[in-house]
Order: sequence, then structure tokens, then C-alpha cells
Amino acid sequence: MQASPFNSIRLFESTPLQLDGGAQLSPVDVAYETYGALAADGGNAILICHALTGDQYVASPHPTTGKPGWWSRIVGPGKLIDTDKYFVICSNVLGSCLGTTGPASLEPETGEPWGTRFPVITIRDMVRVQNELIGELGVKKLLMVLGGSMGGMQVLEWLTTFPEKLHSACVIASAAKHTAQNIAFHEVGRQAVMADPNWQQGRYYDAEMAPSKGLAVARMTAHITYLSEDALTQKFGRNLQEREAVTFGFDADFQVESYLRHQGSTFVDRFDANSYLYITRAMDYLDIPGRHEGRLADAFLHARHVRCCVISFTSDWLYPTIENKRVVHALNAAGVPVSFAEIETSFGHDSFLLDVPEMDRMLEGFLATAAETFELEQRA
Amino acid sequence: MTLNPNIRPDLKLIADLIEPNTRVLDIGCADGELLAFLVANKHVDGRGIEISQDGVNQCVARGLSVIQGNADNDLAEYPDQSFDMVVLSRTLQAVHQPRNVLLELLRIGKRVIVTIPNFGQWHVRLNLLTRGRMPVTKALNRTWYNTDNIHFCTILDLHDLIEAEGIRLLDFVPHQKSGMRLNMGLSRANLFADQALFLLEK
Repeated sequence: MQASPFNSIRLFESTPLQLDGGAQLSPVDVAYETYGALAADGGNAILICHALTGDQYVASPHPTTGKPGWWSRIVGPGKLIDTDKYFVICSNVLGSCLGTTGPASLEPETGEPWGTRFPVITIRDMVRVQNELIGELGVKKLLMVLGGSMGGMQVLEWLTTFPEKLHSACVIASAAKHTAQNIAFHEVGRQAVMADPNWQQGRYYDAEMAPSKGLAVARMTAHITYLSEDALTQKFGRNLQEREAVTFGFDADFQVESYLRHQGSTFVDRFDANSYLYITRAMDYLDIPGRHEGRLADAFLHARHVRCCVISFTSDWLYPTIENKRVVHALNAAGVPVSFAEIETSFGHDSFLLDVPEMDRMLEGFLATAAETFELEQRA
Repeated sequence: MTLNPNIRPDLKLIADLIEPNTRVLDIGCADGELLAFLVANKHVDGRGIEISQDGVNQCVARGLSVIQGNADNDLAEYPDQSFDMVVLSRTLQAVHQPRNVLLELLRIGKRVIVTIPNFGQWHVRLNLLTRGRMPVTKALNRTWYNTDNIHFCTILDLHDLIEAEGIRLLDFVPHQKSGMRLNMGLSRANLFADQALFLLEK
């Protein structure tokens, strides 16, 4: 068997992972990256949770695309999240396809790829795996857990499930439940994958062709939801793609079409179609208030010691300010110390990945005081 | 813990009324000067609401828990009596619904401190009388079209509202912008004080 190209660890070997859906999973391989070194007192560990199609390469080049880490703008030596000071952990989520167990992994009983026999997972299942991982890495309590979008959902599940392991938590452009509109967009993406004849009920791993067309369409649709009308207008307007006039055909006349096609076609090289189905499903199933008879505050009653920070963006219509504010109000009502800002941007949901100086300032201040208070707490 | 002697004098008047180890909500907390002072010197569990991004960032860098928002929109979500003290400093005149906000403060907080700039002060009265235009003074230094103050009131005006709503006035501290206290009753204060502090209870 070929050695895995990923840094990974095998967990849940003796005790299986109990999933929210009722199934058990054993073992679970977790691919992860770490940056910096864990301090002797263990007080400098930061867990960064990635978004839907993100990966563990938060601050180092992606092995397939060669592109810099997805948050290398702020994570690295001397950067806002300074890996000379902090021990940063980022792991590929359960169900994904960059080394962590997911539908493309081999099912132990059959030795065949799981495909759609892989059990449906939840955001909380992903967090259970992360919890096991940090324990293996020798981290007793995290200085901070943070993430944007689906990463923020994992942070919220950390707050509900393992609050005792947290000193601080930062949720960016996220939500505590998926709305009908969120589910609707995901369903379009899944139907695009499943309508591709190459999908074959998920059994395409040994075939010559993967359902790339379907997955590309799913990505194109999703990509629109990550931007904003303003951002699209500023970037493309009605500009034509390398031509003087429209061609009265169905070529990519417009720059925006060409851009989306490119986004779709590059995505399929780095992502597994079944993983896309499973992870979007996990997000759709997220309903933290629903687990508490609609009272989101009740989910955070054991997190009163955790310093929290929530950030939303004015132009984000995927996880808009109102959804982020619901989280803030619930944290407040539960007596959790929380700061919140709605930051003015025009980039849409993707703002959390982009250069937004006001977000950086907020994160910087929040991290510095979290580190300070964590040190005081550990000395006491 | 060292005492910070540099707190703004008018904020010191507020701080003096706050008991140690209590829960405090400061609405319109700006850069967090009062809250930081209270956390450091009185060990309160302090929370803030601030409208400006810059203010929120400064508060967060001070380690405070502050939410970007405003008094008109963001009070409804707080549970009843969830704070020992709610502070609204020089902000009541800038909200859309001052009466609603005042009642919300008393719902959320066991006690409430409200401070207002006094539109009844003699400078202001004279200014309007002689110039025939909306007064611009040291304490109220913006012209009518670009001021945030949309519901000006005098000390007596606010007192009337407090009485009409059956709110208990526990303390009344008229003072100058410098923070200097004035020892006088309502009517004289209404003529002489730049601003006034009201300590209220339901």
C-alpha cells in the first residue's frame, strides 16, 4: 500500500466514534497540520477549523494545487496568529477527502471505497474527532478555537460539546442553524452531482470518470453565494471575455461566466464529489437551537468561562449578520462574555478569507487579551 | 490592582455609584474607558454596547466584551434584570425612542444610571434667545443638521418623564462637563448644570 501523502493519525481504534446518526466508525484517520511548538505549560494551542471545501493546509502550500495556505495571510511566523508564539492545529474534517476518513476511504470490512455506504455525519461528529486529536497532541485546553463559515459552526459545537476544553472561541461569518435558503442552495449542488451520469450512486472510484461536470456546477452555484452582487459587479460588470461583442451563442461571452467555469473546473481536481455531498449534508443538519427547544442560549450554559468573539460582514447574505447576532444574543443571555462586530465589506461571505483590516484589528485585540488572561488563569 | 487615576471626571462620578463585583452594562461605551476602569478597580463583570467599529476594536483590545449595536435596537434581547447596573451616558438624547429605551434599561437592570447634556442650561437658553438659532455651545458643539442629538431635553424634562413613569429617583448629581459637582436642586441645576446624572430604580 502506498504511504499516505498526508500527515495523519489513526484514532478511535479501540473505542469507535459514536456518530449523531447512530452509526459507529472505527478506526478514523485524521490528516492534520501543526505550526509552531506546544509550550511547556500547554497554554498556546490554537485550533483553526476550516470551511466546507477547505483543508488542513491553513498556513502551508496545498499539495495538489501548490497554492499558499488558505489563511496564510494571517497565520504564520510573525503574522497575526504568530506561529513563533502559538501552536496552531488545523485538521481535515471528518468526511472530507484530504487524508481524513470520508466516503473515498476504504471501508474496513470490504476493502472497497465507502461511497454512499459511508454514514451521514454532523458538524458535532467532526468536532468529536478534533477533540480526540488535540488530546493525542497533548493539548488539555485550547487557548482558542476559531473558524469562519462551516469553521464557525464547528466552533459553536465546541462551545456546546467541549466547553471545558476552551479558554476562548471566535466565530466568523457563521450560524447556529442552516436556514431553508442555506439548505436549498446545498440541495441544488447535491442534485447537480447526482445528476451527473458518472456519479453512479457514488460508486465511481474505480471508474475512469468521476462526476466532475456535476461537481463543477455545484461549485459554480455555491461560489455565487460566497460573493455579493456588488463584488460581482465591481469585478466583472458585463465585461466580455476576450472578445469585442457577444457571439450569439453559448460560449462564455461574459467574464463572469468564464470565471465561474474556471472555479468549477479547478475545484474538481482537488475535491471528491461524495465528500461534497456528505459535508453539505452535515451543514444542513446543523440546528443547535433545535436541540434545545428553540432556546439557543441553553446550548451555551456551560460555556460561561469562555471568552467569545463573533464577527459578521455587511455584504454576507449566505450567513448574514442576523444569524450571527442570534448567536451573540444567545451567548449574552447565557452569561457568556462575548464581543461582536458587523464589519463593513463589499466582498460577501468570502470576506473572512480576504484582506479586511478591521477584522484583523478585532482578531488581534481578541487574541492578545485571550492569551494574557489564559496565562493569568494558568498561573493561578 | 492599581487604581487608574486618569479616568474622565464625569465617568468617575458614574464609577463612584457602582458597587464592586457586580454585573454592569455600559451602553454607548465608546473606547471602553469606564468599563476598563470598573473591571480593573471594582472587579465588575462588565459588558458594553457600542455603535462604532473603532470603539468596538479598542474595547476588544482592552479585553472587554463589547457588542456592536445601539440602544434602540439591541436591548430587547437581554433578559429581565440581568444586570445590577445599566449605564447610559450622554446617549439618551441621541436615540430614536427615549421613553422606550429608558423603560428597557429599567427592565434589564436592577438600577440604571442615565446622564444627559442639559439643554436648559443658561448658556444654551441665552444662545437661542439672542441668536435665534439652535445653540452651539462647548457642551453641545454640533450644528443642528449634523448633530447626533435628536431628542434634546432639559434636566426638568427628564425629571418629568421619570415621574410620569413612576420611576424612583435614588440620586441626582448635576455637574459641569469638567466633572465638577454642583450642589443644587433640580430647578437651579436646570439653569446652571452642563449635564446631570440620574440614578434610577423601577
